[in-house]
Amino acid sequence: MNSVVTGTSYVMVHVPDMVMNNGTTQTTERVVNPNSEYLKEAPKHLRSYEDALAYYPNQCYIGNITPEELEAVPFPWYDKKSDKPERYGHFGEIMPQDEFYLLLQISDEFELVKLEKDFIAATRERFSQNPIVTEHMLSRLQEGLSEEEISHLVKDEHAEPLLQGDKLIGCVKRAHDVDPNLSAHVMLENLVAKASGVLALAHGVKNSGLSPEDIDYVIDCCEEACGDMNQRGGGNFAKSLAEIVGLPNANGSDTRGFCAAPAHALVEAASYVQAKAFKHVAVCAGGCTAKLGMNGKDHVKKDMPILEDMLGGFCIVVSENDGKSPEIDLAHIGCHTVGTGSAPQAVISALVTEPLEKAGLTILDVDKYSPEMQNPDITKPAGAGNVPEANFKMIGALAVKKGWLEKKELLNFIKEHGLTGYAPTQGHIPSGVPYIGFARENILKGEMKRVMIIGKGSLFLGRLTNLFDGISFMLIPNSGEEAGEEGGVSKDSIRKLIAESLRDFAASLCASEEEKA
Amino acid sequence: MDLENQKRVLEFSEKYGAENIVVLLGAADAEGAGLACETVEAGDPTFAGPLTGVSLGLACYHVCEEEVKQEFDEAVYEEQVSMMEMVLDVDEITEEMNGIREEFCKFC
Repeated sequence: MNSVVTGTSYVMVHVPDMVMNNGTTQTTERVVNPNSEYLKEAPKHLRSYEDALAYYPNQCYIGNITPEELEAVPFPWYDKKSDKPERYGHFGEIMPQDEFYLLLQISDEFELVKLEKDFIAATRERFSQNPIVTEHMLSRLQEGLSEEEISHLVKDEHAEPLLQGDKLIGCVKRAHDVDPNLSAHVMLENLVAKASGVLALAHGVKNSGLSPEDIDYVIDCCEEACGDMNQRGGGNFAKSLAEIVGLPNANGSDTRGFCAAPAHALVEAASYVQAKAFKHVAVCAGGCTAKLGMNGKDHVKKDMPILEDMLGGFCIVVSENDGKSPEIDLAHIGCHTVGTGSAPQAVISALVTEPLEKAGLTILDVDKYSPEMQNPDITKPAGAGNVPEANFKMIGALAVKKGWLEKKELLNFIKEHGLTGYAPTQGHIPSGVPYIGFARENILKGEMKRVMIIGKGSLFLGRLTNLFDGISFMLIPNSGEEAGEEGGVSKDSIRKLIAESLRDFAASLCASEEEKA
Repeated sequence: MDLENQKRVLEFSEKYGAENIVVLLGAADAEGAGLACETVEAGDPTFAGPLTGVSLGLACYHVCEEEVKQEFDEAVYEEQVSMMEMVLDVDEITEEMNGIREEFCKFC
């Protein structure tokens, strides 16, 4: 029996000061060209938290507007402001940087995150209002250090600074004197991925309606690697997130596959559930500091705000079949294999047409495709084009080649079966998964019958293989069967049979009473 | 063009001679193709990579340009490139590439 998607969360964290200090475009520039115009200009292009809230694609990511509503906003979007700049959406939230620093300390088990005491005092109350923040989390906040103590750690102990505007309000210490994998830089990256993953997982569990005790496995699929010099990337982010969120019965492990990792992780989660190894598996990931301001040079050159000031995160809860939630169709997954090759035609065939043909369907039978959902407002000015649209064009072109679509219908196909991109360019975050939340709702409302989630990854980045990668699966309406009903009569059928018998019995009683009368 | 690719292009042109190298692009749009072409002909316009200030003038084409298409086995082109040919704005890409080649190419 297929597993189902019982809940989703999508979160963002606005971290403007990390753009300058931790984004590799900026840190590399500081090394190779420390006096560059870009480094002088970039800080003037950072957005305020209010502007990040008012940015339409961000409101779409957390669920306050649909992709269709976003598409109706004239492009480009960076120069327009939503009249409903909400922090919370029904998928998650957009957390401000200062509160995130507290979550960073809460997520730290080794006393590496140090915050200034007045900063903690000033932020704690506002932070504690967040519905996902528990007493347990608050109890993990430390007393705080003085500004001098933090300054000493940064200047003399190789700690990475944490800034709020121009003010040094904390730092992340190195976790080892000589191990480069435990340096302050790596620890900051990993702790940020962990803390934003915690935020996503906490919202995901809440949105699923399950209790924390119900989650029995967590799969983390972010793009960072934790471990020391003897096991770089050994893991385990997943279990560390579950600990902070307070999932006492959860085990967990990490799945990696660059941008394709979330789709791989969801197929794994669905397989675990379908095989009855676990009942409720949460697939989640936090965000990536390195990619902050990745296209900043182009944004500054075009006098735009630096739009890559957001960490992204998501969580999808995959559960045993509850008889109502949309199912993950594992019988028809698309898979890029070693032999597939890297030509776009071969990739799209393997991921899209092959599973559809196996299911006796055509490209037109899928209501919506969710491939790489990068926000074009970010990528187009950087010369990377409109990534989701390019994907829909390829899918449509393949439909034409297969004879399923007239070439003149290509633009209509993109409009009907495609989506506008709205996800932050955080690698794994935009890859297929952003639409699962909306897809789940649309399938539940009966407005969609089939949605394909396509994860794609560029493996050459690791310099171990030049192979491309990808995996896809479909979400379909629930068949109405609940777990535990396989191979026998379903609960619904039994209820119906009992009801019919009672009705017949009541009718025969009435008849015999009438006869007596 | 990323820094690693710039490094490889530079190494190949030193090893085999710039006149013996043809760079084949598969960029998804004219602007991206043009930037890569400019990088291997006039030098890195972003001043970030190994080709900064290095004008190799290499012959550079997009895989969908007619001159390149004619070099392919028709069946291979059909299987590997025809779908993308339908998707890309080939005219725009060709115009962009021609402009840059006319200005900077030393071996075209």
